[in-house]
Amino acid sequence: MIEVKNLTKSFNGKVVLDNISTSFEKGKINLIIGQSGSGKTVFLKCIVGLLPFEKGEVIFNGVVFNRLDFEEKQKMRQQMGMLFQGSALFDYLTVEENVRFPLDMFSTMSMEEKKERVNFCLKRVNLNNVNHLYPSELSGGMQKRVAIARAIALNPKYLFCDEPNSGLDPQTAIVIDNLIKEITIEFNTTTLINTHDMNSVLGIGDKIIFLHQQRKEWEGTAQDILHTSNEALNNFIFASRMAKKLKESLESPH
Amino acid sequence: MRFFHYIGSYYLFLRRVFSRPQNSRMFMKQLMRDIMSLGMDSIMIVAVISLFLGAVITIQSAYNTDKPYIPTYLVGWVARDSIFLEFSSTVIALVLAGKVGSHISSEIGTMRVTEQIDAMEIMGINSASYIVLPKVVASLFFNPLLTILSMIIGMTGGYLAVIFTHIIPTESYLYGLRYSFNPFYVAFALIKCVFFTFAITTIAAFLGYHVKGGALEVGKSSTRTVVISSICVLLLDLVITQMLMS
Repeated sequence: MIEVKNLTKSFNGKVVLDNISTSFEKGKINLIIGQSGSGKTVFLKCIVGLLPFEKGEVIFNGVVFNRLDFEEKQKMRQQMGMLFQGSALFDYLTVEENVRFPLDMFSTMSMEEKKERVNFCLKRVNLNNVNHLYPSELSGGMQKRVAIARAIALNPKYLFCDEPNSGLDPQTAIVIDNLIKEITIEFNTTTLINTHDMNSVLGIGDKIIFLHQQRKEWEGTAQDILHTSNEALNNFIFASRMAKKLKESLESPH
Repeated sequence: MRFFHYIGSYYLFLRRVFSRPQNSRMFMKQLMRDIMSLGMDSIMIVAVISLFLGAVITIQSAYNTDKPYIPTYLVGWVARDSIFLEFSSTVIALVLAGKVGSHISSEIGTMRVTEQIDAMEIMGINSASYIVLPKVVASLFFNPLLTILSMIIGMTGGYLAVIFTHIIPTESYLYGLRYSFNPFYVAFALIKCVFFTFAITTIAAFLGYHVKGGALEVGKSSTRTVVISSICVLLLDLVITQMLMS
């Protein structure tokens, strides 16, 4: 479980996250949604400690993460996996070496065991015969899947995904979403996803947090979101004509 | 004020870089890779520049000392000392500030803007140490070898210039190369090389590691690396020369 208490972050005096408190449960998919520039990525990076913040606490299973020193944070991070917006694969390593990288750094496995684990992770994300390829030789969707395979290589307790569907076609986006959901259930991870993809919100979100104007504007479930009276959230979700029609159909008695 | 902020950040960065590698096997792997990309790939440019510089110094020395009362072996002597004291250490360092410095800065800068460094941090890796330390060690190991290579090729360039231009007798040139040889000059060049290498690699890594933005900023940091590290090389040259030669 991850708890965030009164998190406040600013850049050069400009507040981008204002006193945000929430919690994320184990084995659930938690979505952070909001418009571009609403601070979703900053919020995620504050939680994982990539960005320092002025006020507040981030607590991982009772441990106040932001009070740990550099070495303690490094140890804690070995329990985390993260999928970045641009995949962030190491371009000088092959797919196999990328997935094996955390194992090479931290595990005491033999090379045979590592290879077995790499193949398991790649198979888990439905990738075959790509071990020897470099990231530049893969499509965007395949790169995302390799990044997921790398993130789960060390059996993480926490999985963070920053805009996992950005730059992907709707079909591939659904594949990635389903993959994240399956992995969350299978590995019992606490999963946090930053997104503005409404398919993800309605399809896989167990808990949803809406950031608006530097604050947590709303939180609830995927079911709640369709019937919310929050104006800012409604404007965000039902921005397109198609979504508006969907809302009208939901609200109409017949 | 901003200057002191940078100095403080540079110091903190170096503290993170010079911490014990988390995995010695991975460190060695990365070190070998960096020796290849930073050291071996620089041999050609160092050789070409040294060959031509040696030839030019010899020809210029010969023309400037073309007096009946100046012995011709002086050309070899002047060429050797110029190559040892300044060209093979300082000029080659300036060349490496351009080649190796911009390579390191752009490589690390690209890793920063594509979030590869963040990905390492999330895995619990000290990214500064993992990425930068092997580069510094590889350069500190290889650049003195490049300096020695530059000395040898520089003197060979002078010898070839003498053969092809007949500007002085080759025996005089060879005698001048051996005349009044002071082994300390080699040590002096290598000491300078170590300081220059440290400055070039750490400044390049620091600027690359702290890039913010995109491809444009990576290019800018690469240019800044060459400018700042070149100035540092010249300043260090002045200080070390004054300290060791006075």
